[in-house]
Amino acid sequence: MSDREVKSILFAGVGGQGILRASDITCEVIMEAGFDVKKSEVHGMAQRGGCVTSHVRYGKKVYSPLAKTGSIQTLVSFEKMESLRYLQFLRKDAAIIVNTEEINPPAVNMGDDPYPEDIIGFLKNHYGKVIGLNAAELAQKAGNIKTANVVLLGALSNLMNIDKSVWQDVIKKSFPEKLVKMNLAAFQMGIDA
Amino acid sequence: MKALMSGNEAIARGAYEAGVRFAAAYPGTPSTEIMEQFCKYEGVYAEWSTNEKVAVEVAIGAALAGEKAMAVMKHVGVNVAADPIFTVSYTGINGALVIVSADDPSMHSSQNEQDNRNYARFAKIPMLEPADADEAKQYIKLAFEISARFDTPVFLRSTTRVSHSKSVVHLDEPGKYEDKTGFVYNAQKYVMVPVNARTQRVEVEKRERLLNDFVETFPENKMEINNPEVGIITAGMPYNYSKEVFPDYSYLKLGMVYPLPEKMIRDFASKVKKIYVVEELDPYLEEQIKALGVKVIGKEIFPYTNEFDPGVIKDAIEGNLQRAASPYKESLAARPPNLCPGCPHRGLFYALSKHKAYVHGDIGCYTLSYMKPLQGLHSCICMGASIGMAHGMSKAMKAKGKGKVVGVIGDSTFLHSGITSLLNLAYNNSDALIIILDNSTTAMTGMQEHPGTGYTLMGKEAKKVNLKDLVSVLGIENIEVIDPLDYKATRSAIKEELAKDGPSVIIAQRPCALFKRGGIKPKPALKVDTDKCEGCRSCIGLNCPPIAWKKGVTKEGSKRKGVSYIDAALCNGCGLCAQICKFGAIS
Repeated sequence: MSDREVKSILFAGVGGQGILRASDITCEVIMEAGFDVKKSEVHGMAQRGGCVTSHVRYGKKVYSPLAKTGSIQTLVSFEKMESLRYLQFLRKDAAIIVNTEEINPPAVNMGDDPYPEDIIGFLKNHYGKVIGLNAAELAQKAGNIKTANVVLLGALSNLMNIDKSVWQDVIKKSFPEKLVKMNLAAFQMGIDA
Repeated sequence: MKALMSGNEAIARGAYEAGVRFAAAYPGTPSTEIMEQFCKYEGVYAEWSTNEKVAVEVAIGAALAGEKAMAVMKHVGVNVAADPIFTVSYTGINGALVIVSADDPSMHSSQNEQDNRNYARFAKIPMLEPADADEAKQYIKLAFEISARFDTPVFLRSTTRVSHSKSVVHLDEPGKYEDKTGFVYNAQKYVMVPVNARTQRVEVEKRERLLNDFVETFPENKMEINNPEVGIITAGMPYNYSKEVFPDYSYLKLGMVYPLPEKMIRDFASKVKKIYVVEELDPYLEEQIKALGVKVIGKEIFPYTNEFDPGVIKDAIEGNLQRAASPYKESLAARPPNLCPGCPHRGLFYALSKHKAYVHGDIGCYTLSYMKPLQGLHSCICMGASIGMAHGMSKAMKAKGKGKVVGVIGDSTFLHSGITSLLNLAYNNSDALIIILDNSTTAMTGMQEHPGTGYTLMGKEAKKVNLKDLVSVLGIENIEVIDPLDYKATRSAIKEELAKDGPSVIIAQRPCALFKRGGIKPKPALKVDTDKCEGCRSCIGLNCPPIAWKKGVTKEGSKRKGVSYIDAALCNGCGLCAQICKFGAIS
């Protein structure tokens, strides 16, 4: 990376999916790898089943914790249709990781709006790299559906030039001891997916 | 040593490093985590006060005893606390007093986006404004130093993006606490009757002059001369946004936003040809700089509303409004925040919506019920307002409003600023019905204690107020206590109390579904019997997160176009949907 280059990752999903925990872990990993890092998110209203996003930015020196539109290299979407909500932030050559799990918003349940179809196809038509995986299913296999966020981190780690052992060390520190093994398994599922 | 911290965590850490061991606050986004972090440090006293005014008064008391005291609140909390703040500016503070105001540009979790820098100028209280977590930690320490040195309260202003962004913070060894407490008797200084206030008023102006000199050499007002053609004067997070997109411009970054360094601003203006003032919300810096006769460009090109980001600043300065667009052009179903699965408010508002009343709302999770499909309340202004507004509307409407005007208020909000309004309602004999939504916690901000929970911020057991007794001594005779997840009982209580003459209060009592100490163990998830479901969507009308619609599941002899189903991973078996299903399809 050049001195002024700053890379950005956008985490997006639905309140309750462990998005902020995932972006916290990512920031710790980036800091351990020797970069300056900033992240931004909003707590409060968003946690009640609403949209949640977290911007993570890193480089030699980072000023803004928020990325501007058209500048983000990587999107990690924790829910399928949420991947469509923030595309204005992405560069055209962005990589997208999508959990293919669907969570209906209220307007879809009430029959007022449709759930978009062929989201993965749309993303593949517009962006360089699209990785779709059912993180919820993989998390179940790892032992608990709540580790879906860590499954997605496994997939993200494949796109970042930071040693996997740094990720594993941070994951070990981020969870109570009895949950570490399950989360490391979830992380590996994401790497292998 | 370094650590990744949010601005709020850094403020708590900085206060602790500065030797601060006393803080009082009322929770409010985006300020809440400051106290939740501060209370964990060894040897501190930290309390949730009943409201922000009380918190400031508690901190003033501690400061007059010689302590370094901190009061913490969100921006609108400063409105509640404004009364003591304006006069403690006259008395001075003996020890040290810092008031943290966490503003919320863009109203991520607030009812307005007032710019609290105006309070500094209005109350003649110095204000520091950090731009990230590392600065937040450093500035709170400086704030305490300035407070002690100039015998003045000091504001530290944060915004949501500073409070809730995380970045690398350099940690220092915590300073030692020195007990300097003792009584200081000085009636001329601390008894603000007119004769003394007139004297102190002059002292305030003397202090202002001293501070005007001080800011000229304050090291956190920083000038960076790069490109002499274009310069930016800014403070707080907009500095980082600006540096991101215009790293080569010259900068005057103000760490202190009240008072402003007049000479330094003139000096900067003499070194740079064209100057932009980059600030969110009000043209606060801009107007003061223009009043100096310095030519700058500000709100002519920058928005008055909402928080900025690097793109907003770049677009405004380059005059280019073609921001990157999404290739996805279809409209996307919104995903608004919602009441949680098993939330007791859902039962109350579903029942209340059947009574066609005008419902005055208040500040809390339950405000979310205004949205479709519950559409449970019709006004919301500020903490505690529902009761006064319901009373006023009921009086104005006279017979037309009889049995049709309701105010709803959460337990924490009621104890914050509803008690005096309910006393007023009883005293002036209103026909309005007030419903206290008692979920035994301060839910919206993340489960904080209050006088109704029986515990303090520090986790100690405390005197627990009995809401029914409290309402009764205020003069309310018609009081009913119900479980809002008992649909029939809730309907009939509302019907009965609306019909009565004079004021009534219903206390809808059930702990928040997320509240662990509430003793509510999740029951097994409910299921929809797809043979019995007629697809009427009544249960969908509850807008409970686990209940979703599966289209196309038809049945012979039925007009149904789909069925409801319940996501077992989300459902906690509260049973409300089973009570409203007319076909007995949910169990």
